[in-house]
Amino acid sequence: MENIKHFLGNFFVTGEPMIYMADVAIVLVSLGIIFVLTYFKKWKWLWKEWLTTVDAKKIGIMYIIAALLMLFRGGVDALLMRTQLALPNLHFLDSQHYNEIFTTHGTIMILFMAMPFIIGLFNIAVPLQIGARDVAFPFLNAVSFWLFFAGAMLFNLSFVIGGSPDAGWTSYTPLAGKELDPGVGENYYLLGLQIAGIGTLATGVNFFTTIIKMRAPGMSLMKMPMFTWSVLVTSVIIMFAFPVLTVALAMLTIDRLFDAHFFTVAAGGQPMQWANLFWIWGHPEVYIVILPAFGVFSEVIATFSRKKLFGYHAMVFSMVAISVLGFITWVHHFFTMGAGPGVNSFFSLSTMLIAIPTGVKVFNWLFTLNKGKIQFTTAMLWALAFIPNFLIGGLTGVMLAVAPADYQYHNSYFLISHFHYVLIGGTVFAAFAGLTYWWPKMFGHILNERLGKWAFWVFMISFNVCFLPMYLVGLLGMTRRMYTYPAGLGWTSLNLIETIGAFGMGLGFIIMVYNIYWSARYGERDTTGDPWDGRTLEWATTSPAPEYNFAHIPTIQQVDDFYYMKKEGRQKEISKAPYKPIHMPNNSGVPIIMAVFFFIGGFGLVFEWIWMGILGGIGVLACMLYRSFETHDHHYIPVDEIERTEREAGRFS
Amino acid sequence: MKKIGLKLFAALTLLLVALTGCAADNQNVLNPQGPVARTQFHLIVWSFVLMAIVVLGVFIIFVVVLVKNGKKNNPNYDPEDDGNVKLEITWTVIPIIIVILLAIPTVKTTYDLEKPPKTAEAKTPMTIVVTSADWKWIFRYPEQNIETVNYVTIPADRPIKFELQAKGAMNSFWVPSLGGQAYTMPNMQMSLWLQADHPGDYIGRGANFTGKGFAHMQFNVIAKSDKDFNKWVQHVKSTAPRLTEEKYNEILKPGTVGRMTFSSTPKDDGADLDMSGMDMGGMHHGKH
Repeated sequence: MENIKHFLGNFFVTGEPMIYMADVAIVLVSLGIIFVLTYFKKWKWLWKEWLTTVDAKKIGIMYIIAALLMLFRGGVDALLMRTQLALPNLHFLDSQHYNEIFTTHGTIMILFMAMPFIIGLFNIAVPLQIGARDVAFPFLNAVSFWLFFAGAMLFNLSFVIGGSPDAGWTSYTPLAGKELDPGVGENYYLLGLQIAGIGTLATGVNFFTTIIKMRAPGMSLMKMPMFTWSVLVTSVIIMFAFPVLTVALAMLTIDRLFDAHFFTVAAGGQPMQWANLFWIWGHPEVYIVILPAFGVFSEVIATFSRKKLFGYHAMVFSMVAISVLGFITWVHHFFTMGAGPGVNSFFSLSTMLIAIPTGVKVFNWLFTLNKGKIQFTTAMLWALAFIPNFLIGGLTGVMLAVAPADYQYHNSYFLISHFHYVLIGGTVFAAFAGLTYWWPKMFGHILNERLGKWAFWVFMISFNVCFLPMYLVGLLGMTRRMYTYPAGLGWTSLNLIETIGAFGMGLGFIIMVYNIYWSARYGERDTTGDPWDGRTLEWATTSPAPEYNFAHIPTIQQVDDFYYMKKEGRQKEISKAPYKPIHMPNNSGVPIIMAVFFFIGGFGLVFEWIWMGILGGIGVLACMLYRSFETHDHHYIPVDEIERTEREAGRFS
Repeated sequence: MKKIGLKLFAALTLLLVALTGCAADNQNVLNPQGPVARTQFHLIVWSFVLMAIVVLGVFIIFVVVLVKNGKKNNPNYDPEDDGNVKLEITWTVIPIIIVILLAIPTVKTTYDLEKPPKTAEAKTPMTIVVTSADWKWIFRYPEQNIETVNYVTIPADRPIKFELQAKGAMNSFWVPSLGGQAYTMPNMQMSLWLQADHPGDYIGRGANFTGKGFAHMQFNVIAKSDKDFNKWVQHVKSTAPRLTEEKYNEILKPGTVGRMTFSSTPKDDGADLDMSGMDMGGMHHGKH
């Protein structure tokens, strides 16, 4: 009995009122969801239409829903931290709790918010933009999503069961090693990221193949939409960077679970090697989340300037240049580790070089606006705000690249401000711009512009109120990851302003969520499929697009061909009868079941219950085996169904 | 544009707050108190000026473009305008020039900081061994045979070679007023040159997260004139207790402690106790 009590006391996180409240909330929300699904008899619908889908458009929507939930979770973490730091010597959170929260905040925001958000946009836009019916490997795409979801859920479970990781999202050894950080928290980090990371790697392969092999006839690489280009480049980065993360995570897992010594201080281990491996993945990872953002802005700015993108070739080459340079800058994350002046000089220079292609891109966006007919829609406002905000983040990045100056910025709030300016001003603004821009394509209605603009202004101004003071407080010596600070250092007023800004951002998010609710009920319906008078193929089909995307795959003649199709009246050919049956992949329950086994195996390894890990592994292999012998994996959409769909869209003639 | 106005206003307000002396001046990167921090400050100002020029240029173009083309019927509207070789070359060359202007002093300073800073008269450098432990700073004065915890006394206007190491987690030794930081690591010793211009009390801090007590890893660097420094050494030698090995091991245990002073150092020469099985041959290459 004592044993069981002791086990449960460690198994569930106890002694923290906020966690108990979270426990209650989790149980209530779960019960609520189960009740609603049962009451409205929606279980079958959920399984058939969503959980087993291999349709990229639906997978994209699931990615984005998950990303928004994670944005909420990571945002609550941020507000808890900002509340604790609002004034000196507060006791709102204790040290341990604060350490767990900044760790989960960083990990969730990068890996379970930014990544799925942009991958969601890949799924929504890329197949449509290149005139494909789906991605190259639709089943694998579903596996990718469910692995991400299993990894994210495993990671999120940590705060109620077993305890959260507390060594920072960078998880530096030796601090994250078994000796200094016993317990299951770090294991959650390692296993959660590992499972999600495998999914991401598969996404990279999938989209690379899709874009290389499945473009509409006539669409040569240099006629692709810029967002598709950004996804192609990003997929290559994913394929080169993520294996490093996989290996590094596996090594640290082996250290922690099986007492190896890759990163320990004793027995010949090299703890600093972790920082090296982490950032060989970590720096390209930054470009994985920013290049697609550049792609989104390129689409949005060209569309709402009613113009071609300025300097298309330069835009492509600069992205390729950034992706290559992104692999040779990782040491700038630890200039202070004493690699010597030669090494530091090299990595200073390689980092500064990235400013050149990035600068080229900024000027190309500015000159896309020039001679345009600018429409200040919500999506466009996010894209326009990106330019000055990202500029501040990018240029302070150049300042950080100056190695001797970095000795003064490193790990201070100056750095924190820098990367929030690029990640929020770049990636998050792009996520919101892309969401607003492609929302009609996803759901068939337009997000309310008035509410959208309110959300934009509140969020954007609050963002600056929150993060601009951080540059200063960093120069005054405040370091990251401090759970509290003494009074009288000149930090208090700045911290208070930051906290006010953080809550303002929270308010902006609430307006956004309300807008989603309001627009779903009362928003303007998009009956044309082309609400923005778009330039690329995703606007050539209905909103939302039918399962098969296009009745006929169009032939492409130039960049922005849909714009010229409309001018020349060619767009009707896409839906013109007669039709031929369309070959499509079947839905499958295997991906989600496989992810459940990954989850079970991961959970077992977190608690070092090896039998459970093996059980999960067997389940995963069994799923793969089952899939290998599955022959009913495709079907044909008959002509009369296509006719019916096209007639409902008002396009059948 | 409304948002730019707001942004400028916010920036100016914050600058004013900082400049009106609300900030403590003993840990301010922008108020350097020694040659190393000053060198870095000059580089920071130079990079800031270059970046400010870019910000100004881009913001002006941004506003002009929006105002000019944001009208309902733009007479200059040209949907086919998609490139201009001259312009594109210009905005490739300008960033290249800026990067060159920044890169040259960067590389020069990176090499300079490996050497001891110059003093008024040629003074011999002094060595202090810094050990970060969970969660306190331990300073060893090999020449004086003194050991202090959570504060360090140095002679002003004399180059100090801080030899950095860690017990337990990796930290970072940072005294913003005197100069930039370097990591303290459990299996690689590094050295960092710092120097204070004048006597004074400067705040230092651990900059790399080390767990529970990390936020409390604040220490003071107390710079004294040569005369006062020698007096302090004599005072410590005659009044402070000896540091036994037992006491040293007790200090090393995870936890926070106050300031401490000892008139001797334990036998352990500072190499990490956990390192017995390790080949140390290649690990001391640090910064020299």
